[in-house]
Amino acid sequence: MSLIDFINRLLGRQSPSANTARQRLQLVLAHDRSDLNPELLEQMRREILEVVQKYVEIDLDGGDVSLETEDRVTALVANLPIKRARPLQTTQEDAAAAVAGPGDDDGSAGSDEAPQAPIPAWPATAGEAEESAGGSDQGHNDGEVHNSDAAEA
Amino acid sequence: MTSTSARIILICSGKGGVGKTTLTANLGIALARLGERTAVLDADFGLRNLDLLLGLENRIVYTAQDVLAGNCRLEQALVKHKQQPSLSLLPAGNPRMLDWLTPEDMKQIVALLAERSDYVLIDCPAGIEDGFRNAAAASHEAIVITTPEVSAVRDADRVIGLLNVQGIKPVQLVLNRVRPEMMVSQEMLSVEDVTEILALPLLGLVVEDEQVIVSTNRGEPLTLAGSPSPAGQAYLNVAQRLRGETVPIVDPSKEPRGLRATIKRILKKRLF
Repeated sequence: MSLIDFINRLLGRQSPSANTARQRLQLVLAHDRSDLNPELLEQMRREILEVVQKYVEIDLDGGDVSLETEDRVTALVANLPIKRARPLQTTQEDAAAAVAGPGDDDGSAGSDEAPQAPIPAWPATAGEAEESAGGSDQGHNDGEVHNSDAAEA
Repeated sequence: MTSTSARIILICSGKGGVGKTTLTANLGIALARLGERTAVLDADFGLRNLDLLLGLENRIVYTAQDVLAGNCRLEQALVKHKQQPSLSLLPAGNPRMLDWLTPEDMKQIVALLAERSDYVLIDCPAGIEDGFRNAAAASHEAIVITTPEVSAVRDADRVIGLLNVQGIKPVQLVLNRVRPEMMVSQEMLSVEDVTEILALPLLGLVVEDEQVIVSTNRGEPLTLAGSPSPAGQAYLNVAQRLRGETVPIVDPSKEPRGLRATIKRILKKRLF
């Protein structure tokens, strides 16, 4: 370690590389082990969000669907902060609106094999919802949500 | 496959250059020193090096392929180690004759070795292609060796997945080239990081040791020495643990620090 590196470390400007190594490894191994390529994962993530949005209004910026690995078991973990439940009566129309929102969703995910396939119950992650930051942006910006994958995993 | 009770252990890593062959050579010598009849099989046909690390490169006449082809008897192909005659080496073969080698050939040659040994160590080629599959087909258990680096750990993970599919167990881990001071400053994956990520029991921990290079220069594995260097001692401990002895694993990055411990360490180094 050079002197300048050492000073940077002292000032907390650079975190130890072992943490970075661990995080990068965990992410890449989760993908290696599940044999899911990023494209498929992204498609699955989008379809999951569509289904969930039928029932509840979720905070897309705070949300995160990713693969996590522990003890050689890979799990699909969805952390979707709920803003509020949708009124039951209007569920169908709202869902339609939500799905129609992002331009490419209609073509790619919507008409594909089975976006309505039954999805097993998610573990409740309500406790973690509090930490979600500025949820004011209601736009369905998939790109931004995807970025949070890398940051959190 | 075999009626004997020989332990047939695959030594593999996925990535090249992490220390498979060094481990095989040192473990072979160590087991022989502990009184076990040990055979080491170099399954790396293309780039065989086990003979070189054991200092036996000038004594190879026949290979496993000659045995299978009936050109010679197994006893003629086996190269006994001079100082540790309980250890013998069998090179798999000549790179030019590789075409016909199959998992069945490998099983056959390993079965022959198992008949006359307590331990058969198979030095696996790098990669996860045919060479790995052939070697794995003949193995009962495995030691995965890796270093605390992202590429080595990732490749080890792939190999562990394949070993699990083949039903090879137990699979144990040796962590090589550990640099305690880098672990302390958190610039290297820690021992726990690696064991947790790979989810394997730790069989040994080998610190980075210049003597490894010196010993390969000479063709004399570290475990041959009466009082081995740190890495040599670690390999010896791996052999003891393989035999079921309880030898605690000391994580060098967690050794007591501070003035008193440092003085103690220095005194110890100078005195012995």
